[in-house]
Amino acid sequence: MSILVYTENWKGKFRKSTFEAVSYALEVSKLLKTDVIALSFGQVADDELQKLGKYGATKVLSANDINKGDSKATSSLFSENISDKSIIIFASTYTSKMIAPRLAAKHKIGMISNVISIPTSISPLTIERKSFSGKAIETARIESDQAIICISPNAFGITEIEGSCSIEKIDTIVNDSIIIEGQETSSGKISLSEAEIVVSAGRGMKGPENWGMIEELANLLGAATACSKPVSDIGWRPHGEHVGQTGKAVAPNLYIAIGISGAIQHLAGVNSSKIMVAINTDPEAPFFKAADYGIVGDAFQVVPRLIKEIQNIKN
Amino acid sequence: MNIIVCISSVPDTTSKINFSDDSTELNKNGMQFIINPYDEFGLTKAIIIKEKFGGNVTVITVGEASVEPVIRKALAIGADNAIRINAKATDSFFTANEISNYLKDTTYDLIITGRESIDYNGGAVGGMIAEFLNLPFINACNALTIEGNTAKLNREIDGGKEKMSSKLPLVLAGQKGLVEEADLRIPNMRGIMQARSKPLKVLEPTSNNYLTSSVNFKKPLEKGACKLVESGNEVELVNLLHTEAKVI
Repeated sequence: MSILVYTENWKGKFRKSTFEAVSYALEVSKLLKTDVIALSFGQVADDELQKLGKYGATKVLSANDINKGDSKATSSLFSENISDKSIIIFASTYTSKMIAPRLAAKHKIGMISNVISIPTSISPLTIERKSFSGKAIETARIESDQAIICISPNAFGITEIEGSCSIEKIDTIVNDSIIIEGQETSSGKISLSEAEIVVSAGRGMKGPENWGMIEELANLLGAATACSKPVSDIGWRPHGEHVGQTGKAVAPNLYIAIGISGAIQHLAGVNSSKIMVAINTDPEAPFFKAADYGIVGDAFQVVPRLIKEIQNIKN
Repeated sequence: MNIIVCISSVPDTTSKINFSDDSTELNKNGMQFIINPYDEFGLTKAIIIKEKFGGNVTVITVGEASVEPVIRKALAIGADNAIRINAKATDSFFTANEISNYLKDTTYDLIITGRESIDYNGGAVGGMIAEFLNLPFINACNALTIEGNTAKLNREIDGGKEKMSSKLPLVLAGQKGLVEEADLRIPNMRGIMQARSKPLKVLEPTSNNYLTSSVNFKKPLEKGACKLVESGNEVELVNLLHTEAKVI
């Protein structure tokens, strides 16, 4: 029995979702009384690898030569390290979703994604997940001896412990036919799926030229910016910012919806947020039924005043 | 270009979700079904590629007879033929295994799935097909051009995008950006008439292997009432968020 956890770095630094996955793996390992082994791909310095020990990994296998977008090589390294009863843990990211399904198909391992709980039983492994794009919670069961669990971002949080890990370097031959030609970083400084605060705006903003105050509010709060589907469809904001049923699902501590009415498709993608605030001119906007706090009022007046008040408490 | 598009029949995005009395399955009463939106972006892209280079677009789905209206819609907007594996899509593994078992004896240049289905959100079928057929796989693909035997693609990554290229064939899981919302096609009368005579082959499943199952479903807890603050009194909202909710 062993717990393997997939780690993902961005330009050599681990993502928050990775530390969350390692923290989660530690909790699962306590149920099984076993160790957590982390697998790292691409160039990551030793002091960064050591950080994984602070969240519960006891050993790190580091394959510097495998590009993280190479799903064949990545899943091969997992294959070499799984035992008959392994549990493999992934944070749900666009890249992990290239690797986990391969591994599941290759070894006939039951895979469950969007997981929001620690297993409620181990044999068979039973667990809660988000389903129907956040409109339902499903209790799911894995029918195989091994299990692949992909956890939902921000569902558990990060727990630091007094711990350290050993590092083992792996030499591998790259064997995928995909050639990576370049990367571009999106405009927002903070990754939307990992953000603790999200400031989101909709058609109520009347035009893309009015997003200055949304970005100002987001910067002030250290938040990511997001938008509703109509706003991304008309091209006011990039697709990557669209949250909702057919966009990204987010689960921040605080979601501020400005000029978004709250259609069922939008709410599906954001209703895992811990606290939701709605700002809308229409008192009948459905978002007020879902939100914890609200202001019925004109965003063009409310948001600048909100920025001023937040600046006051920050000082 | 022979393009395979895997589609799924899912509840319309505006649907309220309810479950059977014993909470073990979706209550489909009165529910409208659509092509999974992520699949529809891929299907539309496949039709556009075919119109440019020639070839054939095949849609394939695992589902019982009740999913046929969605297959007919795919044919009406431009797919040439359809395959339905006559079984309930029990889990991602079963679905991907059945699709791969059919595809291993056919020829194709490109296999497109959606990034995930909006009902069970597994997001695994595309990657599993790639493994079964030993093909490269790109997830969250939001731009594609074909140049000879090579696909040039963009994929979304957390925090940006990545430009990639790969020799065909490959599997991609698509999303918006492959085509825009405005490019999606609405079936016209001619398309609907033609769809009736396009081939729809029904095949029986070759296996009964699944690795995960649903125990039950529940709805998320309802939120309490929204605390409304007067416009002009933003200081009160900031105080509530700071001292009561403790989120800023």
